[in-house]
Amino acid sequence: MNPARILATTQRVLGQIRHDHRTLALLLLVPALLIGLVSWIFTDTPVFAQIGPAMIALFPFIVMFLVTSIATLRERRSGTLERLLALPLGKGEFILGYALAFGLLAVLQTAIAVGFAVWVCGLEVSGNLGLLFVVAIADALLGTSLGLLASAFARSEFQVVQFMPALIFPQILLGGIFLPRNQLPPALETIGDWLPLSHAIDALNAVSRNDQDAGYIWWRIGFIAAWIMVSIALGSVTLRRRTN
Amino acid sequence: MESPTAAVSVTGLSVTRGKSLVLSSLDLEVPRGEVVGLLGPSGCGKSTLMRSIVGTQIITGGDVRVLGDTAGSAALRHRVGYMTQNASIYDDLPVIANLNYFAKVIGADPDQVKRVIERTDLGSVARSMAADLSGGQRSRVSLAVALLGKPELLVLDEPTVGLDPVLRVELWALFAELAAEGTTLLVSSHVMDEATRCDRLILMRAGEIIAQDTPARLLQRTNTTNAEDAFLALIHEAEKPASGIRAPGKHRAVSEEP
Repeated sequence: MNPARILATTQRVLGQIRHDHRTLALLLLVPALLIGLVSWIFTDTPVFAQIGPAMIALFPFIVMFLVTSIATLRERRSGTLERLLALPLGKGEFILGYALAFGLLAVLQTAIAVGFAVWVCGLEVSGNLGLLFVVAIADALLGTSLGLLASAFARSEFQVVQFMPALIFPQILLGGIFLPRNQLPPALETIGDWLPLSHAIDALNAVSRNDQDAGYIWWRIGFIAAWIMVSIALGSVTLRRRTN
Repeated sequence: MESPTAAVSVTGLSVTRGKSLVLSSLDLEVPRGEVVGLLGPSGCGKSTLMRSIVGTQIITGGDVRVLGDTAGSAALRHRVGYMTQNASIYDDLPVIANLNYFAKVIGADPDQVKRVIERTDLGSVARSMAADLSGGQRSRVSLAVALLGKPELLVLDEPTVGLDPVLRVELWALFAELAAEGTTLLVSSHVMDEATRCDRLILMRAGEIIAQDTPARLLQRTNTTNAEDAFLALIHEAEKPASGIRAPGKHRAVSEEP
């Protein structure tokens, strides 16, 4: 592992996004605007206070999944990945470079979304704001690692976009936003308990209500981290130096 | 049979894609410090051969040795420069940012970025986004990336395609200059008149090598005056005994697969 090559990759990925003003604006502002919309819909009801924290979990996850899967697919199709793998760049360096870039973007995105949710929409976060960021970053890295994995199985942009509903929607449906997980049919509850997004939603709810100890939250962050490691390991196996 | 002076030596290389045999039992040698032209029609397997030499192609059989190492080994990643057929650069970054990134990955001296920009005549567009460049300019950016790190072997897949004649002549002059500095170049093209600019030619057709020699000797042997005619003469020569000799050869390559 060479830190200089990891940082160069991070800087390059951020440079690509920085030059694409529209993508940057969408990335940073859309989550905050959608949270604002949800809060507006549920004006004068207690619903936003219940689902607001979970919304913060959704955006970094979905956005980073899409951005990573498409960016990696573009690297595969444009030949830049083949070129990089013929050069002295390690697969781990490539993936960490991406993870670092999108992790940083997730921090910015979450800062704007949380700031908007708390100060404009009046969402109450009674727990530790720092922990909320840790969960959001873990969530974004989860999206990045799953996106990387998905891109390996897609041959076109059309296919990669279809992986979003296939891999992401079930996690949203079973994560406890629509119906608390303990009220789901037992089989679905078990599946939901093993999905990483469920743990992100639990952790964010716990932080905003401040009704659990830090161990509860860190255990969930650890669970998400395990998913990240497994998908990164599988994803790096799919980065082949030799192809046909 | 591998000569110690060869930059690339390939023995019995076969590549299959799906069920079809793309390269069948190729043997070839690229001597050090020469500009070797890999010529043949589009689809004859030039790119596959080049990818096998760079080590990005899954090969079915045979041995590919590059600068004394097995093709694709980690030690070679600093020593071989590769330019793919389509410009493999980041369209959403300026030219200079593309080069800076690849220079850091290779561990090349930052001064080299300036040097390769001069050599590929990209000074006037260095700050432009790669996406805004013409096809020829983008392919020169891709070439500039391949030059970073002063590789001992340059594998260039159709670097002159779509360039105007003046630029093409300039590029061939650059290749000769690099060879004079000791770099070995393997340059593919489907334009036959580029043959005369090479020290040595490898002619390919339908996944097979039909000749490898110096341009002068090829013309002499075929009693022709230009590469196009020499190529045609060689095809006729190869096809005459083809029904008897080539077919079993092809067969053998298939059955040798594990």
